[in-house]
Amino acid sequence: MTPAIRMVGIDKSFGAIRANRGASLEVMPGEIHALVGENGAGKSTLMRILGGLMKPDAGRVEVNGRDVTGWSTSDAIAAGIGIVHQHFMLVPTLTVAENLVLGCEPKTRIVVLDYKRAADDVRKLSNETGLVVAPDRLVSDLSVGEAQRVEILKVLFRGAKILVLDEPTAVLSPPEVHELWAVLRRLRDNGATIVLITHRLDEVVELSDTITVMRAGQTVERIKTSETTPAEIARAMVGREVSLSAGKRVQPVQRPASPQPGQGLEVRSLTINSSRGIRVVEGVSFGVKPGEVLGIAGVEGNGQTELVEALAGLRPVLSGDILIDGVDITRRPVAARHDTGLSHIPEDRHRRGLILEYTVADNLILGVQKYFAKRGVIEKDRVMENAIQEISAFDIRPANPILAARALSGGNQQKVVIAREMGRDFSVLLASQPTRGVDVGAIEFIHQQLLEARSKGKAILLVSAELNEVLALSDRVAVMYRGKFAVVMPAAEASEEVLGEYMIGTKKGNAA
Amino acid sequence: MSVSSLAGGAQPTFAATPWRERAEEALIPPLVALLVALICGDLLILSYGQSPAAVYRLLLEGTWGNAYGFGQVLYKATTLAFTGLAVSFGLRAGLFNIGGESQLAAGGFAAALTGLALPLGTPLIIALILCMIAAGCAGGVVGAVPAYLKTRFGAHEVIVTIMLNFIVLALLNWFIAGHLHVPETLHTPEIHAGILPRLADINPRFHGSAANLALIVALIVASGVWFYLFRARGGYELRAVGLQPEAAEYGGISVGRVWMKALTLSGMIAGMGGINYVLGYKHYYEDGFASGAGFLGIAVALVGRNHPLGVLLAAFFFATLSQGGLAIHAFVPKQMMDVLQGVVIIAVATAVPEVRRVLRSARKRGDA
Amino acid sequence: MNPLSFLTQMIRIAIPYLFAASGGVVAERSGIVSLTLEGFMLSGAFGAVVGTHYSGSPWVGVLTGMFGGLVFALIHAITTIRYRADQVVVGVAINLLAIGVTRFFLKLFFASSSNSPRVAGFGGNIKAAGFDNPLLWLGLLSAPVVAFMIYRTPFGLRVRAAGEHPEAAESVGVSVERVRYLAVAISGILAGLGGVYLALDQHQFTDQMTAGRGFIAISAVIFGRWSPIRAAGACLLFAAAETLQIQLQGSHAIPSQFIEMIPYVLTIIALAGVVGRAVPPAALGKVED
Repeated sequence: MTPAIRMVGIDKSFGAIRANRGASLEVMPGEIHALVGENGAGKSTLMRILGGLMKPDAGRVEVNGRDVTGWSTSDAIAAGIGIVHQHFMLVPTLTVAENLVLGCEPKTRIVVLDYKRAADDVRKLSNETGLVVAPDRLVSDLSVGEAQRVEILKVLFRGAKILVLDEPTAVLSPPEVHELWAVLRRLRDNGATIVLITHRLDEVVELSDTITVMRAGQTVERIKTSETTPAEIARAMVGREVSLSAGKRVQPVQRPASPQPGQGLEVRSLTINSSRGIRVVEGVSFGVKPGEVLGIAGVEGNGQTELVEALAGLRPVLSGDILIDGVDITRRPVAARHDTGLSHIPEDRHRRGLILEYTVADNLILGVQKYFAKRGVIEKDRVMENAIQEISAFDIRPANPILAARALSGGNQQKVVIAREMGRDFSVLLASQPTRGVDVGAIEFIHQQLLEARSKGKAILLVSAELNEVLALSDRVAVMYRGKFAVVMPAAEASEEVLGEYMIGTKKGNAA
Repeated sequence: MSVSSLAGGAQPTFAATPWRERAEEALIPPLVALLVALICGDLLILSYGQSPAAVYRLLLEGTWGNAYGFGQVLYKATTLAFTGLAVSFGLRAGLFNIGGESQLAAGGFAAALTGLALPLGTPLIIALILCMIAAGCAGGVVGAVPAYLKTRFGAHEVIVTIMLNFIVLALLNWFIAGHLHVPETLHTPEIHAGILPRLADINPRFHGSAANLALIVALIVASGVWFYLFRARGGYELRAVGLQPEAAEYGGISVGRVWMKALTLSGMIAGMGGINYVLGYKHYYEDGFASGAGFLGIAVALVGRNHPLGVLLAAFFFATLSQGGLAIHAFVPKQMMDVLQGVVIIAVATAVPEVRRVLRSARKRGDA
Repeated sequence: MNPLSFLTQMIRIAIPYLFAASGGVVAERSGIVSLTLEGFMLSGAFGAVVGTHYSGSPWVGVLTGMFGGLVFALIHAITTIRYRADQVVVGVAINLLAIGVTRFFLKLFFASSSNSPRVAGFGGNIKAAGFDNPLLWLGLLSAPVVAFMIYRTPFGLRVRAAGEHPEAAESVGVSVERVRYLAVAISGILAGLGGVYLALDQHQFTDQMTAGRGFIAISAVIFGRWSPIRAAGACLLFAAAETLQIQLQGSHAIPSQFIEMIPYVLTIIALAGVVGRAVPPAALGKVED
């Protein structure tokens, strides 16, 4: 049988980063094929090449046996390839119907857009697939789940026979995920070929027929799902043995005996609105004691980001109090919070954590620049001394303080952030997605740093989308669901299964 | 311990000097633009049936070749240095100040009013300082308005500064035409104090040219801008806001406050440029004296790559073009220089992103 | 004050604004900043005079004027779309370039640094009985035509998508570059027509004759919140203010300078969001790599 997709020897670089090096992929018609790998393994790049959004530097792409290397988006669409992107490719100011027909608009007479026919087509397609969305609604008014329905409708509307879904569940709630699975199975049974890009093994095992594993831009394995185990896939993904359960829990380090009451971080009935005025965090209360790690788990988009931003002073608080070591900092600006002993590893180092054009040395004083200035003038020697110290203490490579942060790898960039935030005196640390997009070696290093800080009596709030990470590092675990804490429990009592139920809202706790 | 000992060893390729890359990215676009301008200039000259070589020689003789022409270049460069520094200062904070026209005019107006209000015989240094403060404040106020509207309401500073140009110039026109003018003219009476010595007073060879001590003030302001941007904590924070406002906010920097500071200071710098004309040349404020200099400041900042030294050089370059137009007018209309100005700006604006792309992809190939 | 003469004068003033603002809406909705309208108008005016002068027919002038606007629009489009030059910088430069180029060729063609000789036009323009200038009708129609194009045609849909979320448009095979090239070209032609009207109405070209009208047009676009019909309304409003100023001249009720400020003050107020914040297209002026 001719494969629906055959990609061989694909190379693609962006600047110094080689996203694909000799990657390959073979997908048979009518199967659900999972393309798995860690963040940054090169999965999305490979799919963008397939969809004609990028041209490979080298290699060959075949669709249904035809050589289509270097084709354009419109060629790909015409050949029945439909890509559902991780970040929705929808125009928020247009209606559902307008988004659907964009690029292949029906016309009355010569130049006039036939909006009525577009809307009818949407309804018809909705009926056929069970993906129901009102055609006249503005996309900006849709929920995330609805927007994804529109994305899938959009590729089906273009007659896609080969569907590629890039991390489709990252933003979905569990019921929406199950609905999506049902839709995908139905599409496959009707003859569609589906490629599912993901780094979640549960999804892979549940849904796929065949699996291709990518690591560091290369294809490392292609297996039938029925012939493998999650542990094997995981090993292929990271390139060495890992334990999947919370088994890598580190032995709790002795904590300082009975910390002073009121020390650490204390949050009292915190309520936060999003910039669009929607309630995103509602009445959350908790404390993190010195020498404790409180892990917050949850599906992304349940208020974790806003919570951390509010604690860091980057987002206004509607009501409630935030205290550090007993000092109320609720209304204090960011800089004053630093002075009170707050450190913050932000979730997005490219947007917030680093100034990419600044040197490593200059990045290492961001947020504490006033301590490196005398009468308003930066003391260059001290900045450089500090840089040399932190670079060796945190093993930042290359060890060149005057290199622009942009030139570093993701892991080393994150080390710069961590060196800055943890290299100084602090009592409370907000660590948000501290290992996102970081290579395995750096992950271990970062985990070590966090645990070391804990043993030195720092209070740490850890927010992570990786359940494993939360379970492995935390003393207590909280689950955030729709802006509230669904449950708070000792990590020893928690497991992926238990937390999972709180994360998807099927089980409700009493921790609100 | 030295930096290089740390940088060596494992990955020496990464320790390659970033300075050369930066210099290439900064210098190649203006050179490309110069080349394009020369070619366009040739075509325009040929369209008039003249010989490009002869006209260019005339241009150089009339500008750099004699003290008067050179003095005129320096005079024109002084105003452009102020407006160019103003624009580049704003751009370093990520803000586009297109209001140089009106800030310069407001500054000149305030300097003239101050010079009129001061009694005869006020010592020059005191008069100069007071006039500069007045000019800076006037320009600063015009700069603060878009800054406030941006911080408070999110109004885009490009549009607001453009609109303010028209508003402020109309207001000044109303003041002058309706209240302050010498009859039959559109200018104020001559100032009593603060008249700056001309270069000709120091070296008679500059006789007749308008170059004056405001040039020195411009150099001082340029060094001040350099020190602030690259040595002061305020400059660290200002550039951080310009590069990545969200990271700056995360670093405890108040983005709104930096915006306010940057546009206000930018307006002040442009406003101070008014002393060149008012204190140094005509000794009165005249309606429309600033016309064009504000917009050209954008070109100067762009060609000077937002670096104070580059801005000074670019100001000198554009002043040469403008003065050169007069030198060649007998053979080719001076309007040719208006064309070339536009060509240079477009060429640099186009070459900057293109050169960066080409260089970076060439380096990538070199690394691989 | 005679209401009919007020109305006719207002419309006459409004026509160049209507052309240019309609063009500005198209370009800005596609994501390209239209600070260039002033330059497009100026080159359109000059093109019209050159064409009319050498052919004797204002219709040829209309064509050459459109061509003048188009040439500058293409310079803007190629540098900002193909080479990703900063749109504001190039915009400012286009305006300077248009001034320079028209001056240079004014000198070359007509040996004058201030104005061209008198050229033919479209006759009496405005009579109480009606308008006999075809450009006037075209100008009045430009906004509804552009509105129809933006909201009712596939091209318009693509323009809106390109200006709001270019990646989304690109992902479904729409060439954002092509859409933007076309949109900027249309804006150049329309703004050029605004200049044509101006020049033929005055029967000559004078140095910098657009005198900021392109900026009033861009004010109208913003004040009209990027909708062609609302922008046209803003043009009429600004024109009415100007007419008022002219008709009140001599009465000294309000200094003329204050009336001149009205469009700009209103635009700033609209941007500040005091009454209904003006939100630009999301991708306006952004350069994506």
